[in-house]
Amino acid sequence: MSAILSVRGLEKRFGSVVAARDISVTVPYLQTVGIIGANGAGKTSFVNMITGHLQPSKGSIWFEDRDITGRPSREISRLGIARSFQAPQIFTSLSVLDNICAATAIARTGGRLMSQTLTPLQSAATRTDGEAALGLFGIASCRDTRAAMLPQGVRKLLDIAMAVAGQPRLLLLDEPTSGISMVEKFGLMDVVMSRLKHRRITVLFVEHDMDIVGRYADRVLAFHDGAVIADGTPAVTLTNPRIQELISGPKLKAGTADCDHA
Amino acid sequence: MLTDGLVYAAYLYVVAVGLTLIFGVMRILNVTHGSFYAFGAYGAASAVGAYFERGLPAAGGFLLMVVVTMAIGLVLGLILERGLLRRIYGKDEVVVVLVTYAAFLILEDIIQLIWGTNSYALYEPLAVAGSLRVGKLVLSGYDVGLVAFAVLLACAVSFVLHHTRWGRLLTVVIFDREVAAAFGINVSLVYTVTFVIGAVLGALGGAVMAPKISVTLGIGVEVIVLAFAVVAIGGMGSVAGAFLGALIVGEVRSASVHFVPQLELFVISVVMAVVLMFRPQGLFTRVQPRKI
Amino acid sequence: MGALVFLVAAALTPALPAWIVSLAIVALANALVVLGLIILWRAGLVPFGQALFYAIGAYAVALIARYTGLRDVLLLLTAAAILSGLAAFLTGFLLARYREIFFAMLSLAMSMILYGVLVKTETLGSTDGFHVAPPTYFGYAPQGGMRLLLMFWLVLGCCAVAAVLVSFYLRSVAGALAVPVRDSEIRLEFLGVSVNGLIHLNLVIAGTLAGIGGALAAFAIEHVDPSMAYWTTSGGFVFVTILSGAGFVAAAFVGSLLFELLRSIAYDVLPGAWQIFLGSALLLIILFLPEGVGSLFQRVRRPPSHSRS
Repeated sequence: MSAILSVRGLEKRFGSVVAARDISVTVPYLQTVGIIGANGAGKTSFVNMITGHLQPSKGSIWFEDRDITGRPSREISRLGIARSFQAPQIFTSLSVLDNICAATAIARTGGRLMSQTLTPLQSAATRTDGEAALGLFGIASCRDTRAAMLPQGVRKLLDIAMAVAGQPRLLLLDEPTSGISMVEKFGLMDVVMSRLKHRRITVLFVEHDMDIVGRYADRVLAFHDGAVIADGTPAVTLTNPRIQELISGPKLKAGTADCDHA
Repeated sequence: MLTDGLVYAAYLYVVAVGLTLIFGVMRILNVTHGSFYAFGAYGAASAVGAYFERGLPAAGGFLLMVVVTMAIGLVLGLILERGLLRRIYGKDEVVVVLVTYAAFLILEDIIQLIWGTNSYALYEPLAVAGSLRVGKLVLSGYDVGLVAFAVLLACAVSFVLHHTRWGRLLTVVIFDREVAAAFGINVSLVYTVTFVIGAVLGALGGAVMAPKISVTLGIGVEVIVLAFAVVAIGGMGSVAGAFLGALIVGEVRSASVHFVPQLELFVISVVMAVVLMFRPQGLFTRVQPRKI
Repeated sequence: MGALVFLVAAALTPALPAWIVSLAIVALANALVVLGLIILWRAGLVPFGQALFYAIGAYAVALIARYTGLRDVLLLLTAAAILSGLAAFLTGFLLARYREIFFAMLSLAMSMILYGVLVKTETLGSTDGFHVAPPTYFGYAPQGGMRLLLMFWLVLGCCAVAAVLVSFYLRSVAGALAVPVRDSEIRLEFLGVSVNGLIHLNLVIAGTLAGIGGALAAFAIEHVDPSMAYWTTSGGFVFVTILSGAGFVAAAFVGSLLFELLRSIAYDVLPGAWQIFLGSALLLIILFLPEGVGSLFQRVRRPPSHSRS
């Protein structure tokens, strides 16, 4: 098994709207893939289908050598795929430490309800794991802050830290730098990508910022209208003018205001 | 039997449409609606009863019924909305329901303080309306009037919601209150008006039902379950749903009264449970899309 | 510290007047229902039909005693727990799939279904219900003052056991995940947790507790009737839950005792307006102490920055 993820002929229709058209992609281990595309191009549907949040209409999805098509998210998570969200899904009532401890405790007890009922959440083991995870992503100083009070950057890092608590082999990041200021974007991605690489986790990330994609991706998948229209290195795909136009819109020439396009 | 069901459905609609509007606009499951109903019934029994005793013309009696309920709805609705609900809008849905439950408890006792534990009967409107002969059936004039009224009300509500500026504002707020506020709609005013209208309709439901029942303590408690069943079946926040829900509950109740009189409440609860099982949002509301 | 309170309470009882003890018995029995509701409330769910399980527990002991002659308290309580737990397990398959207001309404509908059946069934006594014989304790049938005392110790014992078990549960992974369920189900699903499974478990726990509470109440009042399944009974439980707050296990008992006390005072002092009193009390609590009575303890014991256990 040389590929961690293999998608064959994936399709998704919502009535007459086609969110995914015949997508076939194979991702080898430890290849960092950047997914780009305009809004509505099908990137999030793609991620949702891989992570079990959405059922494909046709096609199959293989993780390592297992067919995971249509399985629910919790099963897929237990198999080794994790994700972070555009709007970080964290437990806002709890402190940062409690958040990560919840994730590490779940990782330790697996999916077994019996085991979960008998194991205390706050044990020395989960705390150690939790603090280590926080330290890894540089947010240990926030451990006692209530998650609802966190700035966006820390929320994103917490979301990712929780996602990797279960030691996934594949991680999908949905717009990791959205809502983060220009100044902090690279800092955040540096931390995240280096840690993930160190942990031997294959990463697929959806991004709108081409600079981020260019810097961190080994390979770029460009989505348009539900289909993959380009698949290659950043150097090739990002400089392609057609791709640029379809994904980011046509360039504005100095002195002219094009009123038909944003 | 079918006609009985229609009559029952008619008054249920009047009560439920107010409840569903309040829920649709304000996301409040208004337990106090039972009190509006009870106040309406008692108020009608007293005021209209006194009116007829003086031998005044019949038409005025019916008018008085409407006027009394509007007054009740206005007063109670305003006091509750402005005085109480206003303070708890941001809170947990459940807490808000409990507040309406607390208000209901208080109002139940107030009713008892005002009217005591006696039961009241309001038979004049029934007598005055006489009876109609339709083919082989002899129908009470009052019943026919009630059904006609409910239908008229449904048309009026539908018209207002779809064809007037105010109705469209209401629809926007039902759909998404934040967006409505962002558009400059005075959501606070909409809330007050909606609640008062809901209160008036609740009271009206009680008033029109008063001649047909014995107005006594506990009618508010009973009607709540029925009104909730109607709204849950039809879809919470859907006026069309309230109409359909009322029809369903009305006919089901009528059927069970005729065939298996013991199981009336049981049957209605089962219908409610079944609908909730297959379409938890009710028959008419659209499912809210998930947002990640 | 809780153990101390229970022991003191147990020891003091013989000295207290009968009416206080009776009141406390009913309050503590109801507190068990509230305990279950607290667990569910933490997960963001408030069922409006817990009276369903309360009534099942009550009618279970009443019927078994009446038709089989078995009156041993432990046997009857176990039966009540099993039956209500089973009912919670079965209804849970459906209920666990719903949230928020639909969950509440469906729960309400289910309890009203039982009510409808109880009210119209002649053999079950219809609206009047029927008498429940007092239980025996391993063959011993207490009389007079001893009866009340033993009943109190029994209820106290059940509450103590429940308190310990629930505290333990809320510290376990499964129990502690209740608040995360409320905050982000999606995150939990993506960590590999079956949220519906957790909710189902919580429903069974709450249902069993409610059933035991109902059984104990039946013993205490020596009577069962359909109103035990009516929506106003469920409303009362939710009322106490809000009164107590979701923060502490102990709050369920304090809140329930407070409620029964308030209700008794209201009945005595304002017989025609006790609901006004109760309703006003609820409103005041909601407005000024939104986290319930339990939050008062929290403010006293530790600073508010620490997140809830």
